[in-house]
Amino acid sequence: MAVETGQSVAPAAGGDARGRGRGTGEKSSKVPGPLRRAMATHWYAWAMVAPVVIVIGVIIGYPLFRGVWLSLTDADEANVARTIGVNEIEATYEFIGLENYRAILTDNVFWDRLGWTVLWTVGCVSVTFLLGLVLATMLNRKLRGRAVYRIAIILPWGIPAFVSVFAWQMLFNEKNGILNRILEGGGIEGVPWLGDPTWAKISVIAVNVWLGVPFMLVALLGALQSIPSELLEAAEVDGANAWQRFRNVTLPGIRSVSSTVVLLSTIWTFNMFPVIYLLTRGGPGDSTEILVTYAYRLSFLNSPRDFATSAAWGVLILLLLMLFAVFYRRSLRKQGEVW
Amino acid sequence: MRRGIGTTALVAAIALAATACGGESGDGEKKNANGELSGTVEFWDTSGDAEKGFYKKVAEEFEDEHPGVEVKYVNVPFGEASNKFKNAAGGGSGAPDVMRTEVAWVADFASLGYLAPLDDTAAVDDKDDYLPQAWGSTQYDGKTYAVPQVIDTLALFYNKGLLEKAGVEVPQSIEEIKDSTKAFEKNDVTPFYLRGDDPYWFLPFLYGEGGDMLDAEAKKITVDDEPGVKAFEVIKDLVDSEAATTDTTNGWENMQKSFKDGKVAMMINGPWAIEDTLAGKQFKDDEDNLGVAAVPAGSAGQGAPQGGHNYSVYAGSDNLDASYEFVKYMSSAEVQKRTTEELSLLPTRASVYEEKTVEDNQMVQFFKPAVDKAVERPWIAEGNSLFEPLRVQMADVLTGKTKPEAAAEKAGEEYAKLLKDGDWK
Repeated sequence: MAVETGQSVAPAAGGDARGRGRGTGEKSSKVPGPLRRAMATHWYAWAMVAPVVIVIGVIIGYPLFRGVWLSLTDADEANVARTIGVNEIEATYEFIGLENYRAILTDNVFWDRLGWTVLWTVGCVSVTFLLGLVLATMLNRKLRGRAVYRIAIILPWGIPAFVSVFAWQMLFNEKNGILNRILEGGGIEGVPWLGDPTWAKISVIAVNVWLGVPFMLVALLGALQSIPSELLEAAEVDGANAWQRFRNVTLPGIRSVSSTVVLLSTIWTFNMFPVIYLLTRGGPGDSTEILVTYAYRLSFLNSPRDFATSAAWGVLILLLLMLFAVFYRRSLRKQGEVW
Repeated sequence: MRRGIGTTALVAAIALAATACGGESGDGEKKNANGELSGTVEFWDTSGDAEKGFYKKVAEEFEDEHPGVEVKYVNVPFGEASNKFKNAAGGGSGAPDVMRTEVAWVADFASLGYLAPLDDTAAVDDKDDYLPQAWGSTQYDGKTYAVPQVIDTLALFYNKGLLEKAGVEVPQSIEEIKDSTKAFEKNDVTPFYLRGDDPYWFLPFLYGEGGDMLDAEAKKITVDDEPGVKAFEVIKDLVDSEAATTDTTNGWENMQKSFKDGKVAMMINGPWAIEDTLAGKQFKDDEDNLGVAAVPAGSAGQGAPQGGHNYSVYAGSDNLDASYEFVKYMSSAEVQKRTTEELSLLPTRASVYEEKTVEDNQMVQFFKPAVDKAVERPWIAEGNSLFEPLRVQMADVLTGKTKPEAAAEKAGEEYAKLLKDGDWK
């Protein structure tokens, strides 16, 4: 499982493109030799994968390449092709090379947003992972009412994210929210949960952790249960204490699963639009605005809607995540993990 | 994540195709042999839940006058209407024939070529009857792209009972609100609620110091001038001196709740808030407890932004003649009078204000003087995006992260980025 997920995420773009290009090339030209022989031998396999390749090409490939192309132009709402009734307006945007990227990378806005996005991702993933691991370890034993605990902990996952985010927004409300009511009842001054830049950052991370823990829990619980109990018993017989058993038997046992979920969780959190947008709209000010919410602003809230810059932000986000995935895999490989 | 976006795009494409099929009426005939209108007019309305029933009824009554025409009424939530219209209008299918456009949308849509010019068409009827402020927002590049539907502005809402108890007169200026803090303190009431998360509410303070976002005639960015700095100082000072309470998120809910519960004595709000406010604890049994006055003046002026809605016709409509006629009907004096009677919204025609039922309407009496003083915003294509930088800076000033001077300067820089295509100074 680890292998499949990791690869499909990391080089998704390149892999699809190559696969598709090769497929069409063979149909159109008659290349003699090994290719043709391969085609003759494996035509059945090609036919079987063709639907997948085509569907992926249409659903992922086309929007992706269109996005990359737009990011190299000055396209905005006012110069893209439009059809107004019987009138066709031709596209007048031009190829401007890497100008959009230059403008973004020399602007402080990008680096400010990137800094907070990294902090947000690291904060969310590390806390979520630790909490998930602790809870999974606690539930990985026979205790009365285990099913009830499991259901209770998985519940946040079952509620649509926007519903729970709205519920949290009410809890966090500075003047009428239940959290501040409780604090004030205890004689403590209310906290501006979403009204102060620092508190708002803590609040959005807390909500995302709350949303993310069930996934970690389920994945890690599965991993824990796959560790043969003989190993732990043998370690116990050898005189290892609880910590040593956890450190030297349990952790290595769940490593392949945990490295995958950390990678997935990082990618999801990096692009976690709904939590930020619905909870704070990026505010107060722009203090909780991450890269994706800012890109959204450019292409949907500004007028004229700036498609090119927004696409460039999207490509930069994709590049950052791909880089992360590559380095992550490399560092795991160094530690002896086979991917 | 990638796959998620791809699927969404596909679903959106299918949905778009589906609406396109539904939207195409097929019969593009404009008039039949004896000059009668025919075909379908699709009308996108953006009014809220309390209003949409009335507008649907009125729109469909157009069919009684023109039996050959079928009106297709569609209610689109205001928040997504602009994007939805732009996507449909530029995509060549699925766009309505007639669109209810917010005043700031007209220039935006018109600059993209989506709206049909209405000069010398049936849509513009008795144009001298329209209030000049309402007419302003229909113009772009010297042409008329819309016809006014309703007009509104911001005003000062006050709780009469609380003001009496504190012995305070209705304040004429921000200074007077500040001075009344002590008087309200003994009753544990804060004088004023300052909306901290919506820049539209910042404009009265900006106008009060004699400033504006832009000077559209001189093509100059003015938000970072001295009055802009002062306006940021004023809102910060109101909160610091405890004359006002604020939130940088959830502002609408908290403002309404604290005003309705009598925790604050005054707030700035528009006609759209009247229904909700009157349902509150302080006003439910005594509607007269609510007073409305002009927004308080600043040190150099007094004014609130002018808002409202218009009707526009889609340039690609295949039934332009019926659409023009429909717009004429919807903004006629008769329909406007009924709108005021049923929904208490403010008409845009001078003649309607002379009608007895309109004259006697309490909300009209509240808001008409305010509308007369309302300040027109710069009606430019980028108008809508001017608010976002202000929202950010307002919050940063209120949370103490940025000094007023730096905030005004940053807002100016953002404006320069947004307006980079014109020759703005």
